[in-house]
Amino acid sequence: MKLFTMTKTVMRNLVSGPATLMYPQRRRVYTPITRGRIEITINDCIFCGLCSRRCPTHSIMVTKDNKEWQIDRLKCCTCNLCVEICPKKCLLMDNHYFPPVTERVQAIYKQSLDIS
Amino acid sequence: MARTNVIPFGPQHPVLPEPIHFELITDDELIVDAIPSISFVHRGLEKLVEKRDFIDFAYVAERICGLCSFMHSMGYCQAVENIMAIEVPERCQYLRVIWAELGRLHSHIFWLGVAADAFGFESLFMQSLRVREKVLDIIEETTGGRVIFGMNKVGGVKRDIDAETLKGIVGRLTSMKNILEELTSIFVDDYSVKHRLVGVGYISRDDAYRLGCVGPMLRASGYAIDMRKIGYAAYKHLDVEPVVETSGDCHARCLVRVREIFQSIDLIRQAAEKIPEGPVEVKVKGTPDGEYFSRIEQPRGEVIHYVKANGTKYLQRFRVRTPTFSNIPAMITALKGSQVADVPNIILTIDPCISCTER
Repeated sequence: MKLFTMTKTVMRNLVSGPATLMYPQRRRVYTPITRGRIEITINDCIFCGLCSRRCPTHSIMVTKDNKEWQIDRLKCCTCNLCVEICPKKCLLMDNHYFPPVTERVQAIYKQSLDIS
Repeated sequence: MARTNVIPFGPQHPVLPEPIHFELITDDELIVDAIPSISFVHRGLEKLVEKRDFIDFAYVAERICGLCSFMHSMGYCQAVENIMAIEVPERCQYLRVIWAELGRLHSHIFWLGVAADAFGFESLFMQSLRVREKVLDIIEETTGGRVIFGMNKVGGVKRDIDAETLKGIVGRLTSMKNILEELTSIFVDDYSVKHRLVGVGYISRDDAYRLGCVGPMLRASGYAIDMRKIGYAAYKHLDVEPVVETSGDCHARCLVRVREIFQSIDLIRQAAEKIPEGPVEVKVKGTPDGEYFSRIEQPRGEVIHYVKANGTKYLQRFRVRTPTFSNIPAMITALKGSQVADVPNIILTIDPCISCTER
């Protein structure tokens, strides 16, 4: 009987919750290895520029003279290559996505001058 | 009196996931001819091979397509590995098979949804994508990405899956079988769906071969041609039997994909049982010199990656012959003589992946 099949489906859907997450109340839990966003601990960086040379989308720019590391977050394809080849292991992959941006700007990280 | 009209179809059309344009020459409601035009999303990825060295290019190759991403990088890496005579560890080959089958699984379930959307069954589309989400979760837990896996590199894979997770994956996929059976039974048995698909877009056995069809398109017309049978990666150790249907219409192509979903789950189970211990990558030394073309089976059919290297770290030529491209002539044949209302179905049943085709 088709009617019983339908009743079964209706009952099941009433009992089981929604398949989607109600976003602001419940946030998505990312796995520990999710590739989300490149972060840098800038004080460990030696500005060798390997990440900039190997980046498939040319989104990283490193200037050795004024100790500056910048990334264009909209260009970055989160392939994890820079994190893997970084000799100082100062780049890391965060496991959440970045919030939307309103204008196309570079994220600039500058090493503070160490006066001692 | 019948009048001949030209109806432009695409590149922007509700049924098309990606841009492809057709000029449908119609005689009232009957299609007399269809003229395709492609290259709306050309990105020049083949040319990029001259600017990126052969190790980085695995990342570019992966981004040729969103749905068969893993298999593009797999084909590319296999080609380069063959040129450089790198012996890839056994465990790596099994892992590649597992990820490739997961890719096929989510691609086919996605196709079921899109096909349902094409014949106007929108709630079925949502149900399919809900099931697909479970596969994407498995992929994210093992690779870190949802559709771009980023696991292949020349000489191996980047991440290992431990035995416990592997067991968990097989368990989850097996428990998914019930949901999948319920979902796919609608495609197989439902009266309205059959009414919409049976007998539509017929391609005969001879036409399918003559026009160079590949993949589910060819198998739905009765040819048992599956590149997994030639035994690349670890498929030589697994029991792969091509899924064949003989009726050659849209419903047959749908059935082939439905049965391949279950075949993929079975292949993952087989691979998880047979996977040996060992390293997952080998160190790559030197630069490639020579040429090779690798043939692998994507969700959409056979893909050919041709790589030509000249001894430097930049490759000389990289060419991809994608399955959608070789299925287009057959699609045109199927379109001729069909009704305008069936056009979305026929286009969707070749599973078009236009960004692959145009690279």
